[in-house]
Amino acid sequence: MSDGAQKTTPLYDEHVRRGAKIIPFGGWMMPVQYTSIMEEHRAVRKDIGMFDISHMGQLIVDGSGARDWLNTMLTNNIDKLDVGTGQYTFLLNDAGGIIDDLIAYRIGAEKFLLVVNASRTDEDFAWLDRHRANDADLKNRSKDFGGVAIQGPRVVDLFHALLGGHVDLPPRNHIVDLELDGSPLSIARTGYTGEDGVEVFFRAEDAAKFWNTVLEKGDKLGIKPCGLGARDTLRLEMCYPLNGSDLSPERNPIEAGLGFFVDLTKPKFTGREVLLKMKENGPPHKLAAFRMEGKVPPPRPHYPVFNNGERVGEVTSGTLSPSLNYGIGMAYVSASHAKIGSNIEIEIRGQKFPATIEKKPLYKKS
Amino acid sequence: MNVPDDLLYTETHEWIKREGDNVRVGITDHAQSELTDVVYVDLPKMDRQANAREAIAVVESVKAASDIYAPVKGKVVEVNKALEADPGLINREPFGQGWIFVLKIDNAEDLKQLRDAAAYKKQIS
Repeated sequence: MSDGAQKTTPLYDEHVRRGAKIIPFGGWMMPVQYTSIMEEHRAVRKDIGMFDISHMGQLIVDGSGARDWLNTMLTNNIDKLDVGTGQYTFLLNDAGGIIDDLIAYRIGAEKFLLVVNASRTDEDFAWLDRHRANDADLKNRSKDFGGVAIQGPRVVDLFHALLGGHVDLPPRNHIVDLELDGSPLSIARTGYTGEDGVEVFFRAEDAAKFWNTVLEKGDKLGIKPCGLGARDTLRLEMCYPLNGSDLSPERNPIEAGLGFFVDLTKPKFTGREVLLKMKENGPPHKLAAFRMEGKVPPPRPHYPVFNNGERVGEVTSGTLSPSLNYGIGMAYVSASHAKIGSNIEIEIRGQKFPATIEKKPLYKKS
Repeated sequence: MNVPDDLLYTETHEWIKREGDNVRVGITDHAQSELTDVVYVDLPKMDRQANAREAIAVVESVKAASDIYAPVKGKVVEVNKALEADPGLINREPFGQGWIFVLKIDNAEDLKQLRDAAAYKKQIS
């Protein structure tokens, strides 16, 4: 199944053994689903699900100048992080384009963990290394760690079953180190699904043991192992962007509607001038969320977007929403047509279908 | 994976059931399992002419849209309207209620180009 060019995670054998359907994804052989994307999606919304995220990259930045230097490389303000907390942020090129979106955790006074997208790990490392300050050190630790995302409303119950009732999960965006059966774990209260959840990192050699322990302890809670298919539908309902689809070096965080994670009051960071100017003039295009109207085909990446016969944009992500049961997506649309409530049309196989620009997120928990 | 012996098959994973001058067409168990949850089906227009290997329907899963091909030359004489309300029939009963269209075939000789169950089994193994 795995050809030489594709990498596998430390959980690959577990995926195969449990009958997951495996596909190549960004250079990795990953499970796209175990039983059904719909079932896995619903398990996360209703109970709990677990995803292999071992393919994601882990970069460690430390040294006496780590904090000051990293703050010039990333858009969000690292000075706002206490030790043991993290923030969503961007790594930009000189033109303000997005190299990667990532979570930066402060794990020491001058020590940071960057959790980056799998397919961008090498590029992020090369970019950071090229711009590195002399008093900061950078390591790529991706091969040493495995990781899982455990997501869903029953995550607190699961960790009580796993660690004992006296151990509390860290608050949102916090990260803690603990031990389970003598194996070290880093647990961060975060996720990519819109549900309560954690991302857990462990030594690569402990991956299979941790995976199987969680599935065993979570069985009574209805836990399901989940693939990338459900991860994608869950994140799209929340309008969380996917790098490579919604984000790219040709787009910046202002156009993507993610200015909240850019601190323009910082005196210096890569891309700042471009973003300041775009914020001042307003972006020509915006990443807008939309829903299809009526029983029509689901939208897909690259479908053209029209308004009154004029082409006004292009879809970057689309699917049938398993929670809402209608087509949803995101598209870069010219700013004048990106207002909430605007009517647009999505062209699918030569035919135009009606859609409406919606407020983000598309899915709200009832 | 289920591959009924009494059907014919294409390389593109359609199954074909001979019904006199007509053929009933759907996608195989293997294909539905590869596609995953089917959420939308674009049926062919009634009475349209189709050439062999011409894309005339689309099956959409959560992940992607896939073309469905006419296995032989013919005219569309029936489409499975039930799939509009319940596209998941393709996953649940790929060889039964999940059929997609019926073609009136031009020339029964054309069916000789198709694969039998043994050849299709070999293809997907």
